[in-house]
Amino acid sequence: MNYNLSHLRALEAESIEIIREVAAEFSAPVMLYSIGKDSSVMAHLAKKAFYPGKVPFPLMHIDSKWKFSEMITFRDNFARENDWELIVEYNRKAYEEGVGPFTHGSKIHTELMKTRALLDALQKYGFDAAFGGARRDEEKSRAKERIFSFRDRQQQWEPRNQRPELWNIYNTRIGKGESIRVFPLSNWTEIDIWQYIRHEKIAVVPLYFAAERNVVDIDGNLILVDDMRMPKELRERAVKRRVRFRTLGCYPLTGAIESSADTIEGIVEEMIFATKSERTTRVIDFDREASMEQKKREGYF
Amino acid sequence: MIKDFLAQDERKDMLRLLTAGSVDDGKSTLIGRLLFDSKRLYEDQLQALYRDSRQGCSGEADYALLCDGLKAEREQGITIDVAYRYFATSRRKFIIADTPGHEQYTRNMVTGGSTADLAIILVDVRQGITLQTRRHSHLIDMLGIKHIILAINKMDSIGYRKEPFNNIASAYRCWASAQGFSFSTLNIIPISALCGDNVINRSDNMAWYSGPTLLELLESTPLSSASGLSPFRMPVQYIIRPNQDFRGFAGRVASGTLSVGDSVTVLPSGKSSRVAQIFTGSTLCHHAFAPQSVTIVLEDQIDISRGDMIVRSDQQQPAVGQRLSALMVWMDEVPLEAERLYYLKQGTTTVRATVKSIDYLLDINSGGKSHCNTLSLNQIAGVELLCSAPLVCDSYSDNRHTGAFIIIDPMSNYTSAAGIILGVQATDTAIDNQSVIKISLSQNGFSAEDIELLNHFCRVVESRCGITINCTE
Repeated sequence: MNYNLSHLRALEAESIEIIREVAAEFSAPVMLYSIGKDSSVMAHLAKKAFYPGKVPFPLMHIDSKWKFSEMITFRDNFARENDWELIVEYNRKAYEEGVGPFTHGSKIHTELMKTRALLDALQKYGFDAAFGGARRDEEKSRAKERIFSFRDRQQQWEPRNQRPELWNIYNTRIGKGESIRVFPLSNWTEIDIWQYIRHEKIAVVPLYFAAERNVVDIDGNLILVDDMRMPKELRERAVKRRVRFRTLGCYPLTGAIESSADTIEGIVEEMIFATKSERTTRVIDFDREASMEQKKREGYF
Repeated sequence: MIKDFLAQDERKDMLRLLTAGSVDDGKSTLIGRLLFDSKRLYEDQLQALYRDSRQGCSGEADYALLCDGLKAEREQGITIDVAYRYFATSRRKFIIADTPGHEQYTRNMVTGGSTADLAIILVDVRQGITLQTRRHSHLIDMLGIKHIILAINKMDSIGYRKEPFNNIASAYRCWASAQGFSFSTLNIIPISALCGDNVINRSDNMAWYSGPTLLELLESTPLSSASGLSPFRMPVQYIIRPNQDFRGFAGRVASGTLSVGDSVTVLPSGKSSRVAQIFTGSTLCHHAFAPQSVTIVLEDQIDISRGDMIVRSDQQQPAVGQRLSALMVWMDEVPLEAERLYYLKQGTTTVRATVKSIDYLLDINSGGKSHCNTLSLNQIAGVELLCSAPLVCDSYSDNRHTGAFIIIDPMSNYTSAAGIILGVQATDTAIDNQSVIKISLSQNGFSAEDIELLNHFCRVVESRCGITINCTE
């Protein structure tokens, strides 16, 4: 009998343990679902963790209202097919005022439609633990974030004073109004995620695979024409290119890469030879155009 | 072709390692080397091409990126504690727990080393064995890390000569064996992280060295979890009960193996049954083994809850008791307060615990013991603990999972200490009826309104473990 666990199975076992620990120790957990590939893996692990029972916590998507339309279709199908409670929240006030990346810049948009919306939603439902799909290999500051990451009453992270995290014994104790962000995929790398998706046949949004798409070159970033909210002068410059996305977010802020990888194998092959990290294709800066608008916003909000 | 590559690549296993040493020893350069060169190697394997082995000190610019990251952290004033970094070859995925050598070394090394299978201790060949080398070795041994690589670095700076290396190697072997360390493997290699000698590629500059390169060692070290020899232990983490007909006990296998049909005992109750089904995820399996996360279904309906431990009846049983002797590493700026009630979390159990006595302070530089009255940040002491309920555990030297615990401050909820169980006194219902533990309510985060709740807690403790606690204003 061979008792050697493959790296994917070892990562899976660790993530499942983390997910179960949260379900056992917190009274109101929620899984933040971003519709991306990491979220798809995290949700898959949660289903495994409680099989044959149902996952004992809801999914929550913070909708910035500027996501790729294919993402929203995928999200609704996913929740329905899995009979999983899905909470969708957005910043109503900012939405009604027309906040968006083209008019307000990425900074304001992110702050209001993503960060503020998330904090408000967590508070609204009184969630004491929120799962996120972040990985430590994504950026340097994350390399030291704990798997169980403490947030104070203002929901802030204090990197200077993190709780030591030893063995697989997680400190889940919090005071009133405090919460924990939990990152079950902390030790996964981008390539692990794709290998696992391939192995477990996990469905992901088709935008990850190369196809002919209408894109506009904005300062060297290839932006998909996803709807008519893109300014007309930009839309008119659209050309058909064979592209795919390494990360998914708000369509005006997420650049595509030219690629012919239309299978997971192709993606992995591209990744092994890639020199850029996946983050470099995310968040395009529209802020220069929006500085006037930004000032108005700051006074207003 | 890519499909074959991926199919093979998926089968690789995972090793966690700790790097001990300071920036002066070339640690950042070594990590940079491993991260960048292994990626290059990975590409090469995919292309099935061979590059020339890299000679001379080229490519330093690549590693600057990594070092800059660390510098930036320092400038931002963020405490540099444990950072996790990842790399892979076609044989293994590696997780590096990178901890700084100087400041807060004990807390950080204990944190990073708690999950490590292997430790690399870096030594500057021009410095030889230092106080830091000895300190790191003691901590690594205390944490039960069984595989040690002593990497003697900066060989390029002494013209790759054999004698200085041999002198340091034999001095270390001699010292380590005198300490009585329980390392399973100790490998000593001459490297130059800067120039890449013996890190990933074999060095032509040291023809006198015929042993493996650092990466070869990392790829071939056996994983401790892969052994089926330890007794089976699974702390029950969660009960899965979708309907009346299914009751599954979910948890992570801490050690050993279990098969369908095996007789199991549930502790601390001592009730037994047989294994009816084992699930890993949604798949029915015949066996479970560490470190899998599984769900176990038993043949009989017995009362089991989170915090219980499932063990195999035919194997050595863990200890069950309320009095522990342990090594405790203090991690909190706020020092230990004797007779204060802390939370103690071990496996999936959380109990209240108090330090009855501090037996000795451990000098991590020498392994020597001295007397002390309190315990503060980065100190290690041998202590006696009294818990509010029996713990099911093993000694840490027998089991790194069931023999470990953390101490949580009830007021700040901070993780105040890491604990290593040395021994357990069997539960004796007559324990300490005479002893009076005075606990300040305000110091433990309680207010006067909590008295009623506390009295309820005292009665629960009394009924479960026979300790009478009286609570008065």
